[in-house]
Amino acid sequence: MGRNRLSRVCLVLLVALSCSCSVARGFTAQAGEERMLTEGAPGHAGGRLVIALRSEPKTLNPALALDEPSRDVIRCLTADLIHINRGSLKTEPALAKSWSVSRDGRQYTLQLRHGVRFSDGEPFSADDVTFSFRVYLDDKVDSSQRDLLLVGGKPITVVKVNDFAVRFELAQPYAAAERLFDSIAILPRHLLESGYRAGGFAQAWSLSMPPGQFAGLGPFRLKEYVAGQRVVLERNPYYWKADRAGNQLPYLNEVVFLFVPSEDAQVIRFQSGDTDVLSRFSADNFAVLQKQQSRKGYHLDDLGAGLEYNFLFFNMNDLAAKGLPEIANKQTWFQDLRFRQAVSAAIDREGIVRLVYSGRATPIWDQVTPGNKLWLDEKIARPARSLERARQLLQAAGFSWKSDGALLDARGDHVEFSILTSSSNAQRTKIATIVQDDLSQLGMTVQVVPLEFRAMVDRLTNTYNYEAALMGLVSGDADPTSEMNVWLSSGETHLWHPRQEKPATPWEAEIDRLMQEQLVTLDYAKRKSLYDRVQEIVAEDLPVICLVSPNILVGAANRVGNFRPAILVPYALWNIEQLYVQ
Amino acid sequence: MHYFLQRIRGFGWTDVLTQRQKLVWAVVALSAFCGVVLLAGFFAPYDFAAQDRDMPFAPPTAIHFVAGGGRLQVRPFVYGPRDSSPIPVGAAADSDQPYPLRWFVRGAPYKIAGVFTSRVHLFGVEKPARMFLMGSDGYGRDQFSRFLFGGQISLLAGLIAAIFSVSVGILAGGIAGYYGGWIDEILMRGAELFLALPWLYLLFAVRAALPLHISQWQVFLLLVSVMGLIGWTRPARLIRGVVLSAKERNFVLAARGMGASDAYLLRRHVLPQTYAVLLTQFTLLVPQYVLAEVTLTFLGLGVGEPMPSWGALLTSLQQYSVLSSYWWMFLPALLIIPFFVVFYAAADALQELHKTVPL
Repeated sequence: MGRNRLSRVCLVLLVALSCSCSVARGFTAQAGEERMLTEGAPGHAGGRLVIALRSEPKTLNPALALDEPSRDVIRCLTADLIHINRGSLKTEPALAKSWSVSRDGRQYTLQLRHGVRFSDGEPFSADDVTFSFRVYLDDKVDSSQRDLLLVGGKPITVVKVNDFAVRFELAQPYAAAERLFDSIAILPRHLLESGYRAGGFAQAWSLSMPPGQFAGLGPFRLKEYVAGQRVVLERNPYYWKADRAGNQLPYLNEVVFLFVPSEDAQVIRFQSGDTDVLSRFSADNFAVLQKQQSRKGYHLDDLGAGLEYNFLFFNMNDLAAKGLPEIANKQTWFQDLRFRQAVSAAIDREGIVRLVYSGRATPIWDQVTPGNKLWLDEKIARPARSLERARQLLQAAGFSWKSDGALLDARGDHVEFSILTSSSNAQRTKIATIVQDDLSQLGMTVQVVPLEFRAMVDRLTNTYNYEAALMGLVSGDADPTSEMNVWLSSGETHLWHPRQEKPATPWEAEIDRLMQEQLVTLDYAKRKSLYDRVQEIVAEDLPVICLVSPNILVGAANRVGNFRPAILVPYALWNIEQLYVQ
Repeated sequence: MHYFLQRIRGFGWTDVLTQRQKLVWAVVALSAFCGVVLLAGFFAPYDFAAQDRDMPFAPPTAIHFVAGGGRLQVRPFVYGPRDSSPIPVGAAADSDQPYPLRWFVRGAPYKIAGVFTSRVHLFGVEKPARMFLMGSDGYGRDQFSRFLFGGQISLLAGLIAAIFSVSVGILAGGIAGYYGGWIDEILMRGAELFLALPWLYLLFAVRAALPLHISQWQVFLLLVSVMGLIGWTRPARLIRGVVLSAKERNFVLAARGMGASDAYLLRRHVLPQTYAVLLTQFTLLVPQYVLAEVTLTFLGLGVGEPMPSWGALLTSLQQYSVLSSYWWMFLPALLIIPFFVVFYAAADALQELHKTVPL
């Protein structure tokens, strides 16, 4: 009893202390300001966090940023209306404090938070929201978000209801509508509108602008950019989130992004304590760092399978007009399901996990990784490697073997093809080498061709001048809608045969139908069963032969508090406003 | 003190061996080196592409002479892997089961000089034990076997490229030096142009533009011819210089006066004088091209997997994790050094013997 009272007193004291703290540090909550309270243990204010980026950000303009370093920085500077909580993978209120959906599922009305201010002190209102969406949906701006904001092929429309409410109208019901808003940064109309009207939006917010011209709704604001060295962000004194004790966030005074060009260099900087947080590094480096974990004052986390899936696929494009007779000849193998099944059966997925990822990866047989617990279909068959079964399949498909073991097709041609990989990804090249060795045991002669990434993408999506390729895709979100472009036969990223006018095979037609249906189905269980069927088709008809999903590996200095990494991008820094240093 | 220093400094190769002896020793060592590489299949216990996925990055296998009871064994032996648990990456096999080392064992088939097929290997151990003299790489492939087979490719690349360079060099240099005038101008300015080109980027561009189904041997030949092409300028300039002075010699002038044709003069009197320069250049160029192959493969422009070359063996050292964790991955680099030392010693002795142009 006595202890209980004591703790209550302590709590009161703590609240009082922290209130005075927030008065001293930033701006007190003004009348009518609706701050968002966050979970997570209250931390210490002050200090700085140092993080390495692989390259310099190209821009700070959210509509134009395509590269990961730019997005990493922009995420700290801006905020969205509805946010996907990286911890729970579910949506949560952000700048919109609540929302309602019309009965037909086509109208979303969002109530905005009152009293929120941009990092330059200007107030935020519905006008900023309508302005932002006008920019993102503008053809001339050509933003990367535009495609995401097309529902049923039509752009969503935004209507201002009043100063603190906006209504979004969709052309058709859209299952993942709430998730659309994630990472769509709200732009300050007062700073950007005149430039936008003058047609100069593309030049806005380059890195070379003075920090004062930038304002966002994120936890930090731009302080300094030193070309070739670093970007420094400082705490946004007007930020609209608070911890559960009511202290205004963020805790950190400064975030420093250093430009460190290679993964190995990043690992060394982290190991020596120059940087505080590390993500996107290989299992080999994980093992190296692990050895000194206790001595050097950092800790590492293996979060298990992420959303990245690596796969092998064959060229199944219609090559009649392309003048590639040699590849067209080989397509008789590639288009034979038994050939693809034999390849899948012969590949040693466990070996890949062991040799390429030192065990820090999971073998997969379809596109949904074990990390995506909401959508994983547990019923998918996961057959072990079997060269015998592969041989039987090939034999049934009319293949035969020469006395020296070389595989011949029904016409008597030797089975020989090349696999493209990206030369910048050492892991994928290593996977390809293992696949090469596995298939050589079936008598196939396989060449691994590492190409510069853009040269490879050009062959895959433009010239179709390739035989097979090994690639990886990372979903930006756990929801299947983020994969529409991959699975629809008309999709740009329908890698084995993109941009089809009508589905080339019955199973592609079925995937099209299922994907379209799940898109407009609002009930999760129904959607799940639809997407399960897509996974089954992928596992059975093998348009892509899924191989492994690497684990998400992160590390942080022990002094970083509230560090709760997640399997969605940005793995380590998604709750940067709550991170603190001891 | 000064006296001592001088003694030490003077105590070089030349004091112990004459140049001729030095040359003989270098040639003997080189022949031994090349012999082992040529018969790689026999000396290597495994096929260069054979993967043992249970043993990636295994350290060099320890060879034991003393059995568990402290008894000295006649036959050296190694320990095999445990059956139960997989060996951690980078660890050695550590069961108590001894597997004796055997001589002249039958194993993976290989070809000698690309013609005769054989299965006999100098030494080996029975499965499941493994004999990794220089450890294994990230795919569990025997580094020693890969080093020997890789030597075939690297040395062949060096030799062919050197022959190529010297041949083009002698042709261009001989013609430029002998005829002079505008032919000389064109050839020598062309040589300067070749020197000035950014070759590495050109190579990257060439590789990206090539068709995909190009075989490893085609890549190899391309690599070699490109290296040879880049390198013709230096021998060409040297030979041009020698030819320039040789064609003014009295006996050449006399022969010309007696009506000898250009072809006869070049063949009989001028080119023989370039012989010493050629030989020295050749001995210098071979290791240079071996090194060039190492560099190009290191940058991803060499023969592809699973073919080994010395350059390919060093590429894994680009990774920090390999560099900091597996010391045996450096062994190929260390073994290449004596090869270069011997080659340069031969070039040095040749040059001293013939008193040709300084290196």
